[in-house]
Amino acid sequence: MDMKEKESLFSTKNKKLIFNPLNVDNPITVQVLGICSALAVTAKLKPAFVMALSVIVVTALSNLVISLIRNGIPPRIRIIVQLTVVATLVILVDQFLKAYVYDVSRQLSVFVGLIITNCILMGRLEAFAMANKPWQSFLDGIGNGLGYSWILIALGFVRELFGSGTLWGYTVMPQAFYEMGYKNNGLIILPPMALILVGAIIWIQRSRTPELIDKS
Amino acid sequence: MQEYINLFVKSIFVDNMVFAFFLGMCSYLAVSKTVKTSVGLGIAVIFVLTITVPVNFIIQNYLLSPGALSWLSPSFAEMDLNFLSFMMFIAVIASMVQLVEMIIEKFSPALYNSLGIFLPLIAVNCAILGGSLFMQEREYPTVVHATVFGLGSGVGWAIAIIGIAAIREKMRYSNIPGPLRGLGISFILTGLMALAFMSFLGIKL
Repeated sequence: MDMKEKESLFSTKNKKLIFNPLNVDNPITVQVLGICSALAVTAKLKPAFVMALSVIVVTALSNLVISLIRNGIPPRIRIIVQLTVVATLVILVDQFLKAYVYDVSRQLSVFVGLIITNCILMGRLEAFAMANKPWQSFLDGIGNGLGYSWILIALGFVRELFGSGTLWGYTVMPQAFYEMGYKNNGLIILPPMALILVGAIIWIQRSRTPELIDKS
Repeated sequence: MQEYINLFVKSIFVDNMVFAFFLGMCSYLAVSKTVKTSVGLGIAVIFVLTITVPVNFIIQNYLLSPGALSWLSPSFAEMDLNFLSFMMFIAVIASMVQLVEMIIEKFSPALYNSLGIFLPLIAVNCAILGGSLFMQEREYPTVVHATVFGLGSGVGWAIAIIGIAAIREKMRYSNIPGPLRGLGISFILTGLMALAFMSFLGIKL
């Protein structure tokens, strides 16, 4: 890496860091990281969106910080150092949410705190930030945060639309539908459906990109 | 006594860590390929949850929550250190895991060899931190409640991972559509298991 000429901030390689995690290297559907929170906060669109934003902020900044101090971290205690950095950032995000969007912060309950042990963070810190330069790590953090976000927002969209007939709290299902006998699907708000929907997303994604299919 | 049994059963079946809150999904999906390894991880999680939840309970109630420091000096009665709880909990969990690992290594090398690789993994298993955070949110009255809750959640998690591992072992002989193989079908199976566990809702002893 150090031998190379100074590359531009948005070279093809750097763009890949952002766009790969959106599809072929998605943290949720391919790397299987950070599933816990993805499912629990997506019954409504708004908490899903806030959660997605918080995770992007924390992944990007923690990747950046760890990458900046990566040469000074003794390998034996690196997990503790990483956890401390992440926990500090999460405390900041949590206090921010409590101050500005208190109702959403109540809905997210323990899941903001659980960003600390969100495997995306530890996974990316271990696999990427410990071995790469700050700017690349920052982009990698943003990319993985975005990859996580779109799944969260897609799930939140589907579950809120079909589960409660609303989006972002506003009713969107026309009243006429209900008069014709349409009913909200109560099951879709419950935890089991979230799992089945993620299964369906994985199914669609792998049918479209066959190289992801499990060979075993 | 009945209260404790009730809490125990509730945290295993109704508030199951995996099926109701999706906690610890990462290791749940990654390690559930064979029953043998998942039994090992399940036992390790039970172990660590039963220890960390009460320890964090004590820290929460004697150090962090508003006015908790008043046992030290009345002038601290106004102190609210709740914002430090994430940091404290994760530090306790990481050090407890290390401690448990060392103790097991010393006193039971056989157990250590079978659990060995799983113990460090547990520090970042969200089920563990989740247990402590739920303990904080639900404000259990005594340390015994917290211990029972920790034990029950651990057992619930272990049941879930052993169950899915057994099903996945059988799935190897089934003809699953290519794109669903592996991860996809595991998700759908977990969803179906969660549906089954929902029938325990409202159970009370």
